[in-house]
Amino acid sequence: MDKENQSRHISKQFDHELEEIRNRVLSMGGLVEQQLSKAVQALVDPDIEMAEEVIRDDYKVNALEVALDEECTTVLARRQPAARDLRLVISVIKTITDLERIGDEAKRIARQAIDLASLPTKKNQFVDLEQLGHHVCGMLRDALDAFARLDVEQALDVAVEDQQVDKEYDSLMRQQMTYLIEDPRTIPATLDIMWSARALERVGDRSCNICEYVIYQVKGKDIRHISIEQVEKDFGRPER
Amino acid sequence: MENRQNRAHSIDMSNLNKGEKAANKEEKKTCFTVSDLNLYYGEKQALQSINLEIPEKSVTAFIGPSGCGKSTLLRCFNRMNDLVDSARVEGEILLEGEDIYAKTMNVADLRRRVGMVFQKPNPFPKSIYENVAYGLRIQGVNNRHVLDEVVEKSLKGAALWDEVKDRLQESALGMSGGQQQRLVIARAIAIEPEVILLDEPASALDPISTLKIEELINDLKSDYTILIVTHNMQQAARVSDHTAFMYMGDMVEFGATNQVFTNPSKQKTEDYITGRYG
Repeated sequence: MDKENQSRHISKQFDHELEEIRNRVLSMGGLVEQQLSKAVQALVDPDIEMAEEVIRDDYKVNALEVALDEECTTVLARRQPAARDLRLVISVIKTITDLERIGDEAKRIARQAIDLASLPTKKNQFVDLEQLGHHVCGMLRDALDAFARLDVEQALDVAVEDQQVDKEYDSLMRQQMTYLIEDPRTIPATLDIMWSARALERVGDRSCNICEYVIYQVKGKDIRHISIEQVEKDFGRPER
Repeated sequence: MENRQNRAHSIDMSNLNKGEKAANKEEKKTCFTVSDLNLYYGEKQALQSINLEIPEKSVTAFIGPSGCGKSTLLRCFNRMNDLVDSARVEGEILLEGEDIYAKTMNVADLRRRVGMVFQKPNPFPKSIYENVAYGLRIQGVNNRHVLDEVVEKSLKGAALWDEVKDRLQESALGMSGGQQQRLVIARAIAIEPEVILLDEPASALDPISTLKIEELINDLKSDYTILIVTHNMQQAARVSDHTAFMYMGDMVEFGATNQVFTNPSKQKTEDYITGRYG
């Protein structure tokens, strides 16, 4: 058996179907990534037009999820995949659910952006939010890279990164709390910022989920609900 | 991930552990122990140092491409290979601790304990009743009452009773292929073996008859140890508790069916069950 034969099915059509599914997940990922970064941009700039564009384009993400779900169902019914093929299909089904929800979070952020554009805000109130936004966008990008390359190491890196995002989120919330206390006139804007930050934090969690599916797909190991320290230990990573 | 772990504490976990308990319960006594088994057809080695422990009262499936030795191995368990002149066996197979290749082993007795069903249904050209009663008759049992009871019990065991109870005296050759195969299984269980070997039992049957046989296998495993050779991987995945993957006379991988079909540990197994070569 040469390497070529190992990676290809006897049925070329099956190869083609799985490849097609993978490619579509990646284009869906690209679209969601774009939606999220546009939403963050619209929030901090602020840019109402861009925010409206994000809201308008959400249907594309939803449509891709539905189409991919159907393709996965078809492969399950017609091919009865096993082993890594089965794990690929299962992790795709789960990944696209999280991607669609990330799309929803982007839409939510875009709505806050439109709202915020008309509200009085303090100078510097957006600095931490912008940083959190960029951080989370980076996490999503890395999660999708890990999916594309089936890179377990990168997937673990994203999971570690999520802890950092959680810390940033906590500190942002504390900071916004001081605005609330100092000046009641900022309450509407501050609440919008807090909701946006919450959405970003959720995107971080969902990116992390995608990485868990990557690890399941490659290693066949379910690492959900296991502490990241334990997972790193199990995969023989040096202690941080 | 940590946060989610903390949140999980509030969920009632008692139900989740049931799966684990079931898995523990599956740690059954060993039926067959195969040690360093080699088999040669003349000069050609067909099985290469096979080591295996088959748990009792469960279904073990043997899969692999044609000519990989799975049927040859199956035939070792009731010494059917004795009938092949050129076959020579080395190594040891223990049936509940007893070496079945020992000189003291009575082969007829072994085959009574280890029944076998083949790919093509092979009913005798006799009535349905006589087919099932055959094993007892050659053991010298002729009491009508005993025979009636065993025939009914065996046909019920093989999920055939309701279909044939009104025509027990008709020829078995008039039955459908699926019915014939279940009749043969009834004939095998009539003499109460400990083990049933199934060599491609459903490959000549239509999908509905195949499902009936699979359902039957599932029912029978509470009383018998079942070893099945099949080309149909989905069938192995559906019916078996353990799966052995063989390739060119080697036992490549043996493990719980769930593990073998979702996360096999060997590349060769992975390639075979995902249809990457064969």
